Amino acid sequence: MSREDVLVTTEWAEENLDTPGVVFVEVDEDTTAYEGGHIRNAVRIDWKTELQDQVRRDFVDKAGFEKLLSEKGISNDDKVVLYGGNNNWFAAYAYWYFKLYGHEDVKLLDGGRKKWELDGRELTDVVPERKQTSYVAKEQDLRLRAFRDEVVDAINTKNLIDVRSPDEFSGKLNAPAHLPQESSQRSGHIPSALNVPWASTANEDGTFKSNEQLAELYQEAGLDTSKPTIAYCRIGERSSHTWFALRELLGHTDVKNYDGSWTEYGSLVGVPIELGAK
Amino acid sequence: MSDGCGAPAQTATPASLDTNGQVVVAGKVSGSDGPIGGAYVRLLNGDGEFVGEVQASPEGDFRFYAAEGTWTVRALHSSGNGEASVITGEPGLYDVPINI
Repeated sequence: MSREDVLVTTEWAEENLDTPGVVFVEVDEDTTAYEGGHIRNAVRIDWKTELQDQVRRDFVDKAGFEKLLSEKGISNDDKVVLYGGNNNWFAAYAYWYFKLYGHEDVKLLDGGRKKWELDGRELTDVVPERKQTSYVAKEQDLRLRAFRDEVVDAINTKNLIDVRSPDEFSGKLNAPAHLPQESSQRSGHIPSALNVPWASTANEDGTFKSNEQLAELYQEAGLDTSKPTIAYCRIGERSSHTWFALRELLGHTDVKNYDGSWTEYGSLVGVPIELGAK
Repeated sequence: MSDGCGAPAQTATPASLDTNGQVVVAGKVSGSDGPIGGAYVRLLNGDGEFVGEVQASPEGDFRFYAAEGTWTVRALHSSGNGEASVITGEPGLYDVPINI
């Protein structure tokens, strides 16, 4: 798979804002970002209210995903280009989610909203109108998703990549530094996990580093490419970004995202936890 | 527990803020004509490693919850970039203005 199959540049995006069959989708946790201005013709998906079940901690089910995409006016044949704030974390999560439900043609805008803004490109507050479709999803592809028991079994047997910041990994912080710190779960990391922060895969402007740089990064971190890999963070969106780098850019075939991540693992009774830096 | 990991909307940090026992690194991004809104503000640790990023408010305000240590705050904007450093100790508010 080449980089062009999974990423588009901001230049490409600007040239294809009106191309039939291309749907731009902004994915954010902070809905005010879209309302304040978005890429022309982009529709919005709210990570919190539209991609998450509102009662259980889980995704919306297949029928829910079909309903969501139908209402957004997205067809099975559309080329979906995802972008968002926070260095594309939530867009990468949505990308993984679209792949889970079997959407064929989905890409990330490299650098996301940040790169678009730093380029000084135009934003609009006009919300596009798209005709409702009848989207049909596939069953979840669980080759892409890890659950807690598999993660516990993976200790010392598979690659575990903790993509949180070094201070979250070591137990010094419980959450990213832009959030108030919480104490509802234990600090630390899953034993045998490598700490390769998501940010080390990205340039300052939010674009992904080159494949050569990414390969070198994981090699230096000690990733064993002969083994399956599970990536995790705190709630599974930063690790979607790393899942994208490993599977979609570097072409590693057996890579799963553990969306339960540290907020689940750090609250489990009796599982092993390691503290300290690596 | 926060539902998400995304950076919340940024607001001005009053000097009287109760930091609730935390090290708060906050400030405003400005240029020659006054505050600059919407810059991407990155917190880097003493090794220069990325720790967090927020988008400054329309008035240029940003805020991080850090810990004791040496930090660099770096702002990126379509009009230019700027940075400043701070050494934090006891919990409290550390004001770090950034000029770009």
